[in-house]
Amino acid sequence: MLRRFIYITTFAFLLQIGSAVAGSTGSESLKKSGSQSSAPECFEGVSRAIFSINHALDKVVFEPVAKGYRAIPHPIRKGTGNAVDNLRSLLTFSNNILQGNFSGAANTAGRFVINTTVGILGIFDPADNFFGLEDRGKEDFGQTIGYWGASSGCYFVLPILGPTTIRDSIGLVGNVFLDPVYQITHNTEVNAGIGNQSYSEHNYYYYRGTGAVDFRAKNIESFDTLEETSIDLYASVKSLYLQNRNKKIMNSQSSIETQDDSDWEEIDTN
Amino acid sequence: MKKNFFIIAFFVFFIFPNNSSAYSSDPKQFITEIVNEAKKILVNTNSKEFKTKKLSEMAMKTVDIIGVAKYTLGSHRKKLNDDQTQEYFFLFEKYFLKVFTERLTDYSEPKIEVLSAEVTNPKYTIVKSLLLATDKKPEVKIDWRVYTKNPNKPLIRDLIIEGLSLARAEKEQFNSIINSNNGDITKLFVSLKEFINK
Repeated sequence: MLRRFIYITTFAFLLQIGSAVAGSTGSESLKKSGSQSSAPECFEGVSRAIFSINHALDKVVFEPVAKGYRAIPHPIRKGTGNAVDNLRSLLTFSNNILQGNFSGAANTAGRFVINTTVGILGIFDPADNFFGLEDRGKEDFGQTIGYWGASSGCYFVLPILGPTTIRDSIGLVGNVFLDPVYQITHNTEVNAGIGNQSYSEHNYYYYRGTGAVDFRAKNIESFDTLEETSIDLYASVKSLYLQNRNKKIMNSQSSIETQDDSDWEEIDTN
Repeated sequence: MKKNFFIIAFFVFFIFPNNSSAYSSDPKQFITEIVNEAKKILVNTNSKEFKTKKLSEMAMKTVDIIGVAKYTLGSHRKKLNDDQTQEYFFLFEKYFLKVFTERLTDYSEPKIEVLSAEVTNPKYTIVKSLLLATDKKPEVKIDWRVYTKNPNKPLIRDLIIEGLSLARAEKEQFNSIINSNNGDITKLFVSLKEFINK
């Protein structure tokens, strides 16, 4: 029943954005739009309350766990992060294809094959170090539908999962269908084929949890500094989240493309 | 003789002030000099007070604080009267220096490579740099938006960290405070004062 609801919701959303896709490339329209790095609030009061709870949870649970993880020797942390990223690249591959980015898909597939074999289950990154296949960043279904031309919709905060928009929350649902790791660990038919005992559902959550802890550990100081230097932490996080999503949807590494000079145009001081 | 001494002293201290700390007019070289100066300030042996004082002095000379203040207030700046404008600039400068120094003093002996510069239009050049990874922190791309309207005196207007503009994040914060108080800019002043005195 739930699965049917998700299918219908996703399908309805895809129909809704269909008109935006037709006749334009998402990337071009995004570059011209100044509104992609901002979004209206869905229900700010509720979001601020959830944000406060998430922040408190972070202080009590996630940050201490991340600090504990930081105590592990660097090579082990790096290997763990690499292995998680390697599994995560399967979701990136699906989205490379959906975005029509076939060179990106080839790069992602090549990296996965080399790092899983030569790199011992992704612990090492010989694809970058020896084969010149550098990591081009992660992709998810929220980025894909943004690339197709869907606007972000309004902004809100989810319990535990944090900041999102209507588009990105639908993307979260889409990721479930597109992520081979989720399918292998949750789909009984696949499990029956490759061994039910080894790929149970909780392995998926270990993998996602480890990825989250690794990310949090890499950003302990950044989070602390943001907290100390913000007069409105909620608004700061919202701005950085939306800017980051906009940058990822544009698939750009260049500030010149992602930052808009027109914001500064009328300010002359010398 | 005494008169001559005062004339010479006047020229040395007021007409040619801080000659040793004059910065290059080339944006890439300008950022390289700032990075090198910051590295010297941020050595572990310096106290936090010393770092804060020196970084503030450096920011006053190299950052277009008034420009950032105007940008950060967005369209609300048009609603300010003269007194409010002066009060805002005064508060913003204190706020900015506190944020700037607190963000940087966390980095001890940072290793930053200035990579390249790209002119986006006659007023702006983006200088690209890289904060190298350590055992604890990953590599970070830092781009500097340099305001070059006066080509002899470039000034920093924004830091873009991994593609995310800090000035824009500040602007969103200020707007959020003003909008959630029905457009009352004095509430922003209260928040700024609270932050400065924290």
